[in-house]
Amino acid sequence: MALDQGADSDFVLRLAGRWRLDQRIPPRAEFSALLDRAAPIEGAGPGGNDHSRSEDATATSQPLRLRFDTSALSDWDSALVSFIAGVERLCAERNIDCDPEALPDGLRRLREMANLAAAPEEDPHDRGPSFLARIGLDIGDLVRSTGEIITFFGEGAIAVRHFVAGRARYRKSELWVILQESGADALPIVSLVSFLVGMILGYIGDQQLARFGVRIYVADLVGLATVIQMGALITGIVLAGRTGAAFAARIGTMQVNEEVDALRTFGIPPMEFLVLPRMVALILMTPLLTLYADLLGILGGAFVGTVVGGVTLTAYLVQTQAAIGWNHIIQGLISATVYGAIVAASGCLRGMQCGRSAAAVGEATTSAVVTAIVFIVIAAAILTVIFDAIGLSA
Amino acid sequence: MSAAVTSETRARRGDTQAEPREHAQTPVPASDQQSKDVAIRLEKVALGYDSDTIQQGLSFAIRRGDVFIIMGGSGCGKSTVMRALTGLLAPRQGRVLLQDQSLWEVSEAARTQILRGVGVMYQSGALWSSMTLEENITLPLEQYTRLSRQQIGELAEYKLALVGLAGFGGYYPGQISGGMRKRVGVARAMALDPDILFFDEPSAGLDPLSARRLDDLILELRDSLGTTMVVITHDLDSIFLIGDDAVFLDAETRTMLTTGNPKHLRDHSEIAEVRAFLRRGEA
Repeated sequence: MALDQGADSDFVLRLAGRWRLDQRIPPRAEFSALLDRAAPIEGAGPGGNDHSRSEDATATSQPLRLRFDTSALSDWDSALVSFIAGVERLCAERNIDCDPEALPDGLRRLREMANLAAAPEEDPHDRGPSFLARIGLDIGDLVRSTGEIITFFGEGAIAVRHFVAGRARYRKSELWVILQESGADALPIVSLVSFLVGMILGYIGDQQLARFGVRIYVADLVGLATVIQMGALITGIVLAGRTGAAFAARIGTMQVNEEVDALRTFGIPPMEFLVLPRMVALILMTPLLTLYADLLGILGGAFVGTVVGGVTLTAYLVQTQAAIGWNHIIQGLISATVYGAIVAASGCLRGMQCGRSAAAVGEATTSAVVTAIVFIVIAAAILTVIFDAIGLSA
Repeated sequence: MSAAVTSETRARRGDTQAEPREHAQTPVPASDQQSKDVAIRLEKVALGYDSDTIQQGLSFAIRRGDVFIIMGGSGCGKSTVMRALTGLLAPRQGRVLLQDQSLWEVSEAARTQILRGVGVMYQSGALWSSMTLEENITLPLEQYTRLSRQQIGELAEYKLALVGLAGFGGYYPGQISGGMRKRVGVARAMALDPDILFFDEPSAGLDPLSARRLDDLILELRDSLGTTMVVITHDLDSIFLIGDDAVFLDAETRTMLTTGNPKHLRDHSEIAEVRAFLRRGEA
């Protein structure tokens, strides 16, 4: 590559040899340096004769021109096309006319086709709105999101009214499938987690109570903690990660595939057809799973109490029975029902809010789990206070 | 009844071919007689999402029994227009009238009632993936008819046979090809024998033979049942084969540029963009 002064005072860029992707292609900076020497930018380039020449051209209002000489060019591919694009850009920056006449026909046509594609008006690397504007937009999003949540629960209330009146439009067969998926299919993971948490509680309790020589009270500690709160909490969190996420992904994918639109155009409310069966299923199954989790938690504690604490199984179970009252079980079941509703509502809400892309389904799923866990913990705190206030925890 | 509709429809098609037309910013027919012939009418409709305006100033009418094409380049808002016509997106301005009833100025219950006369075939088929093909078709029939389970099953079988998928009722959407899913989408859209059928990109992603079969099916349904067809497409072969009338949406100006018979627009449109689109970019 060489840049010469032509006979008619134009610049001539001579390109020779092979210009292919597997060759070394001169970087654009190399051409830029050549151009700087030949036609420095006014006020920025080096002095000397070249600079005077540029000034002469500017003084006589003759725009500089760049021609190509490709007579010695043997072979080329996209490497040359891309290089020429860079040359054209640099020339445009320096107000130099670029004459493509001498370029190979194919290369010229490819450049023309590429130039036809209009660049988007918006700069993708735009840094976006200012800090204050972002705050405004976030507040707007928050208001919109709050409105969506209110609408969701409003429509949900109407759906429940239709369900109670027997007018809700949903498929009973689907309800049975959801009951099985969110109930029976969750037994293995609920078993494992509940049993292990019962063991952990029992082990910690045994270590502390052994100092006072009252290891038998491990049964009270594990039994009460599990039945009042831990069983429901574990079940709620396991269901949030398992079933709530599945609800969000399922309904979100239906949004992407326009299946929800198809329901709406047939006049079938998605709230009744998709959300209601899931709410009903989890409100029914979470308390049942919680009872099961309570049992497994107590067994986990009993395992530690008998093996590590040396208490007999019979004594452990009798102590547990004496410690737990119906009021404790009712507290756990009420909590479980509330957690089940939270998990189902979070999963369905995020699914219904889902955008129309694979990424949006992922976001909806994550958001469903996070929302459910946050609200479960908040609900647990509120319920504990309420149970205490009404004397249920006595 | 069916024969009368057929001859009337064909006569109308003959008229269309005899008197091809182009209307830049078409005046909407308003007289009583014209009103009876109109299935869908848009009056100065503007559409958008959040702060983005997708299309505005849309005023055109779709006549009963026509195959009406909504065309334009990618991203011009064709599917958005369809969402407004099928009750999924409220316009920001203007009125959308289906069968002379303003879709967005009535109660939700009334809108649901109006939309019962509408069937939609979505681009991907949008079949309910947890249901078999037969259940996809029987669901609307179970919701809106008092037919027995057996009658509904037979109807679903007939609709599947109509789209060439007899015997596939027990399959799930995930078990069949994309082309077959589209055909089931047509069968489901036809489940309630709607007066108006919408097709979103029916030939997209189909091989030429399947695309042609779907075009033939659209024409046959229109001819035999008198159904008004609204087809969103930019497949030129389909546009010229089935289109009686069309509207051209422009992405740059975000409005309609013209309406008229597609062949007429191709040969005589005064608008360069429309000619270029319909001639694949040739002047």
